[in-house]
Amino acid sequence: MNLELLLRLDYPLTRLIIGLLGVYAFVGINALVLVWVERKVAGHVQLRPGPLHVGPHGLLQTVLDAVKLMGKQLVAPAGSDKILFWTAPILAFTPVTVCFLPLPFDPHLAPIRMNLGLVLILAFSGLGTLSLYLAGWGSNNKWGLLGAARAVAQSLAYEVPLLLSVMAVAFTAGSLDLYEISARQGGWPWQWYGLKNPLAFFIFLVCAVAETNRAPFDLPEGESELTAGFHTEYSGMGFGLFFLAEYANMIIVSGVAAALFLGGWQGPFLPGAWWFLVKIYCILLFIIWLRWTYPRVRFDQLLNLSWKWLTPLALLDLALAVVVAGFGG
Amino acid sequence: MAVVQALRKTFTDLKSLVIGLGVTGKAFCRPTVTVIYPREEVDNLASFHGHVELAGKDDDPAVPRCVACGACAKACPSRCLTVLCPVAAKEDKAGGASVTMAPAPQKGVKTPGQFILDFSLCSLCGQCVRTCPVDSLRFSNDAYLVSFDRKDFQFDLIARLRRQAASPAAGGSLR
Repeated sequence: MNLELLLRLDYPLTRLIIGLLGVYAFVGINALVLVWVERKVAGHVQLRPGPLHVGPHGLLQTVLDAVKLMGKQLVAPAGSDKILFWTAPILAFTPVTVCFLPLPFDPHLAPIRMNLGLVLILAFSGLGTLSLYLAGWGSNNKWGLLGAARAVAQSLAYEVPLLLSVMAVAFTAGSLDLYEISARQGGWPWQWYGLKNPLAFFIFLVCAVAETNRAPFDLPEGESELTAGFHTEYSGMGFGLFFLAEYANMIIVSGVAAALFLGGWQGPFLPGAWWFLVKIYCILLFIIWLRWTYPRVRFDQLLNLSWKWLTPLALLDLALAVVVAGFGG
Repeated sequence: MAVVQALRKTFTDLKSLVIGLGVTGKAFCRPTVTVIYPREEVDNLASFHGHVELAGKDDDPAVPRCVACGACAKACPSRCLTVLCPVAAKEDKAGGASVTMAPAPQKGVKTPGQFILDFSLCSLCGQCVRTCPVDSLRFSNDAYLVSFDRKDFQFDLIARLRRQAASPAAGGSLR
């Protein structure tokens, strides 16, 4: 292989390597910042200052937390299935990498442009559930197992309305390419699919919170009932990877929401990538805001909400979207 | 009818979700109320109920109002108060008349000789303050009481009152 070819930016392998490095850096830094934001928001919602002492306004607190996590001993409980136990955290984090690849940050800034990007993301985000299940099963712990069972039931329940709401948008745009879907919308809010089809946006947001196991749908790790659910037995970076994957999944979900419903990178005045980031962080802030507002739902309420409300509503919305798309174009 | 009711309930439920977001959103924008202790201190210590202390007489703040009736020691469920009265002891073998301490009340004695509080036993129930017939007991507002030794929580309240009277500026937070 010749070096000159490798150094050219449009060579697929070079592009992939740079893209992967960028994705890892983005995920790592974002996780640190988001944990800080989460704790700050939690603090201010409860009229306290949040992390304050390490660095300016406690900004370095999460860096130290990460260092602490890396320094901790990795312990596998007796009687656990060692292979599954250590596969799970790695498996939780790997699909994250793949899911970032088709996200269009900018017309020119996407690691890989593919015409089935949406399908790729939805398919690989399903792997995350498998990792939760393996973690709960492999750790030989009742809480872990209960958390894993909940994770599977929850993911099954919420994947359906999520896919249906995404499909409604795909029908409207006539494409499964995230770049294409973003490009079909304009820079102003009234041109966004989120306002043209608010029901789908609402359903997508609710399902996204549930899919990323965030409060009020964080039943797989409900502290008050299950200690920590599926990651009860994980220490150090085993837990750290799950944590990192949770925040990375939040970013992916917000990215997909921004591309599908909020016009992607398009907006007035600023260049594209900035608008995309602004939209992502607005959705992330909203998700964090939700967490510190609502109490955790009960498990039967969780499943009822999905099967009795969101799924029929999403079906209705899909039917409407198909009719409108059929007549409109 | 049932459908209308269900829809109405759904609507109110959704509205309550939005109201909830409004509550936390407003709280997020309000200034924090937490006081970061080592950097700043609260200024409402006057309302703090610390361990009990003796109140001085109006005309002589160094002398307690206490009449050594022993009601507080009797009322205390944790037995953390010891009120001792000086009584003249019978002539001992050496021949000299000495003063010994006996638990209050003692006939003819109207001032306490010693007033000891064992704060390590106290549950701050306030029965002694309520029982005192001459309002000689009150709560101090010493919020920063801390020690590694249990013995440091045995207070000689009369000595404490004298120190307070000597330096009025220190007030209740005298340590």
